[in-house]
Amino acid sequence: MWPEAAVRMRRPASIVLLILPLLLGLCSVAAAQTSKRPEPSDTRRSGHDFMGPATQAMQRDDDRNPGMLWVYDGEDLWSREPGNGGKACVACHAAANSSMAGVAARYPAFDAASARPVTLGQRINLCRQQHQRLPAWAWENPDLLALEAFVAYQSRGLPMAPSADVRLAPFTEQGRQLFGQRQGQLNLSCRNCHDDNAGGRLGGSPIPQGHATGYPLYRLEWQGVGSLQRRLRSCMAGVRAEPFAFGAPQWVALELFLAQRARGMPLETPAVRP
Amino acid sequence: MARTRISLQGNPVRGVPMEIRTMIAHAMETGYRPGADGAVIARNLIRRFRCSFDDGTRIEPVFEAELFPAVAANPYIAFHFTPPGNGSLRFVWEGDQGFVQTETLDVRVA
Repeated sequence: MWPEAAVRMRRPASIVLLILPLLLGLCSVAAAQTSKRPEPSDTRRSGHDFMGPATQAMQRDDDRNPGMLWVYDGEDLWSREPGNGGKACVACHAAANSSMAGVAARYPAFDAASARPVTLGQRINLCRQQHQRLPAWAWENPDLLALEAFVAYQSRGLPMAPSADVRLAPFTEQGRQLFGQRQGQLNLSCRNCHDDNAGGRLGGSPIPQGHATGYPLYRLEWQGVGSLQRRLRSCMAGVRAEPFAFGAPQWVALELFLAQRARGMPLETPAVRP
Repeated sequence: MARTRISLQGNPVRGVPMEIRTMIAHAMETGYRPGADGAVIARNLIRRFRCSFDDGTRIEPVFEAELFPAVAANPYIAFHFTPPGNGSLRFVWEGDQGFVQTETLDVRVA
């Protein structure tokens, strides 16, 4: 599939140019009905707008959005005492619908103690270690994803509002460079697909613009909820590059840049993607 | 215990059909896939779903389905039901490895 896909990427640009306005036109009609836009001149589109109507309906309707099952699990975890005498999340943070509204829209954020940016998942794990005195959850642990989905769900519909903290700037810049850096045996950068060929197709699937507005999200391919890092890993494996290790600082830098790139777009957690 | 979500579309009215939507967290492992170690992952499916209505005097079946490996994880099942009066709906998912999940929902007609 990938060699063929790589060939398709090099199709004459004219075909892409023919399809692109058509797709964008259709998308803007759908977008007007589905999501709030900061400005009509904004050409950015969520991955939601590139999906089929059935998958879009699945995301919009909480009755059939399987991501909601993770949100409910997270809601339980939020108020469950850890059992070692420590406090539940709710004991310090209070009710999530007020205390956590807008929090996920600001992440990744700067952690003063480690002098590094941390993702929402890492922040939850830090809280768990420092305040609940429990071992950190492993990457992609279902409980971690559930709690992360529940916290991010409190910001659903709010605009992405990445932190303006100047200490984040060098990391965001690193993310920007990684986004434009060609890598892997196919020698493609994120930008080659998600900027240059967004709206086109890769192996039959639409190429979205790569705005990470709905994580953690339910992916039909995964048959479950996964993190942005998991999505980025499969993109790297897709261009036949070796993904960075789990939790590597490059992932956080990329997430920072993606958050800046999607600034102002509404958060969708739990989103559904094919 | 599996996480479920059950919702009635609209308020129940005696004799008026209404939609019931159900969703349950379940891996629906086919039994055909190898795991990371190369060994086949044991089949773990929901095999049967039943919904029945109990009006206090007798229990009537509402909807039944058999599920097979082609059904995706976290099955979503929606169907219609005409409430004959007050009572309670009982939902049962049964599957491999002794899986049983039961939920009940009171129905008060307008």
